[in-house]
Amino acid sequence: MKKRYLFIALILLSFLSLFVGVSSISPMDLLDFQSEKTEIFLISRLPRLVAILLAGAGMSIAGLIMQQLSRNKFVSPTTAGTLDATRLGILVSMLLFTNASTIEKMIVAFVFALAGTLLFMQILDRIKFKDAIFIPLVGLMFGNILSSITTFFAYKSNVIQNMASWLQGDFSMIMVGRYELLYISIPVLIITYLYANRFTVAGMGEDFSKNLGLAYKRIVNIGLILVALVTTTVILTVGMIPFLGLIIPNIVSIFHGDHLKKTLPHTALLGAIFLLICDILGRVLIYPYEISISLMVGVIGSGIFLYLLFRRKAYA
Amino acid sequence: MIQVRELSKFYGKKAVVEKVNVNIHRGKITSFIGPNGAGKSTLLSMVSRLIDADTGEVLVDNDHVQKMKSNEFSKRVSILKQSNFMNVRLTIRELVSFGRFPYSRGKLNAEDIRIIEQAMDYMGLMEMQNDYMDELSGGQRQRAFIAMTIAQDTDYVLLDEPLNNLDMKHSVQIMKILRRLVDELGKTVVIVLHDINFASVYSDRIVALKNGRVVRDGPTEEIINSDALKEIYDMDIPIKKMNNCNICVYFNS
Repeated sequence: MKKRYLFIALILLSFLSLFVGVSSISPMDLLDFQSEKTEIFLISRLPRLVAILLAGAGMSIAGLIMQQLSRNKFVSPTTAGTLDATRLGILVSMLLFTNASTIEKMIVAFVFALAGTLLFMQILDRIKFKDAIFIPLVGLMFGNILSSITTFFAYKSNVIQNMASWLQGDFSMIMVGRYELLYISIPVLIITYLYANRFTVAGMGEDFSKNLGLAYKRIVNIGLILVALVTTTVILTVGMIPFLGLIIPNIVSIFHGDHLKKTLPHTALLGAIFLLICDILGRVLIYPYEISISLMVGVIGSGIFLYLLFRRKAYA
Repeated sequence: MIQVRELSKFYGKKAVVEKVNVNIHRGKITSFIGPNGAGKSTLLSMVSRLIDADTGEVLVDNDHVQKMKSNEFSKRVSILKQSNFMNVRLTIRELVSFGRFPYSRGKLNAEDIRIIEQAMDYMGLMEMQNDYMDELSGGQRQRAFIAMTIAQDTDYVLLDEPLNNLDMKHSVQIMKILRRLVDELGKTVVIVLHDINFASVYSDRIVALKNGRVVRDGPTEEIINSDALKEIYDMDIPIKKMNNCNICVYFNS
């Protein structure tokens, strides 16, 4: 899995993505700057592509950081309650500030995402039985508890349908003015790259980190903040994208190991590619209708996840 | 020299390590021995700052350990603990490179790379430097970790039960390596050992702990005798001299 090939695949798929859709646009149409087609291209297609790339890379990196810091291959925003905590945060922001602006929602949701992930890490600290499968099960239970709290209060205040829309990841609503929050993924990626060596060391445990003079707790906290930031922005703009943060880092790890400096670019690229493929398939399969991205990623992703579970003995 | 002064650690009201005073001499192998729960690992962890002591102090070459910056400390004292973190997939070379982390924070210069390769060469790991740690045998893995501490270039190397889960051949191999670290590279090695005979054959000094206190502390030949062992382990252990080694025959005592 060479970076060069991933990059070429990404370019090709991006190109394909730009010209697949209900209104047929060909590259030629863009030469006419004033046409309706150019407008659709600029308002809908291009933002959609950018959103997919940012969300795909961002969620994969978030998963990578979580797996490294929790030292468990099956921990990710999906399996550690981060997604559910974020949704709870969005609900709270909607109930507290009835006309919450995106930024207000973002801040409240971010605080919840961070608190939820920190709580999960605390639980992880207390558990003596650190089995590779047991830990994500605890995370899923934790997530479900948060999720049922969200559902309960959503019912009571009649916003259940509103909440459901945050549950479904969907790129079809993405257009200019609705996705820009996702640009937060870019600084997060850069910071992750700068801290890559530190995350790798932290991934080998507190004792190991202290031996090398690394401020372990601080690095873990920085990592969790990055994860919470990416998760929050993705849920607020696109919705939940399950499994992505789980499978992509695992696939890259099989081929390239766990040295973050080395695997980070691959993880970001593959995450974007995977999400692009799922999105294009979702748009083409029942054309002219669309299958939502969370369904596509859920079906394909859970299949790959099962495969990873079965081959676990071989490498984890 | 590492000086341990009145060091104590309490878990709840129970003292795991109580008012321990020990000097660790430069250029020697010092073994911590004693029954389970004697506080050997806790003592080692406190000396290496992995856990904080409740009372007392540790001085490394007359500098207070608690006052040292963690980066400075990690250039002078390294600690290897047995933990099962090998679900992290790193190659030997990547692991050994992290030994330079206190110096380079991950950006390796030519000097770092030279030291890394020297360390791998010294441990005979050059051929397998690109193998992943999780695909190695226990002995190879342990050698990779020791190579990492060589790259870390500390005067003091502390190891918590380095022979755990190793077979006889690899145990002997590791102990010989530690001996070479002291004799050839001038390092000071401190190990927690379970097998009294490895302590007897390979160490210069022995510190015996029991119930969190030091019961014996001295050159190896002063500790490996039936009287001292009776006090440490509550067992009558005859000593047999073989090939110039004092062997404790404890299997049927």
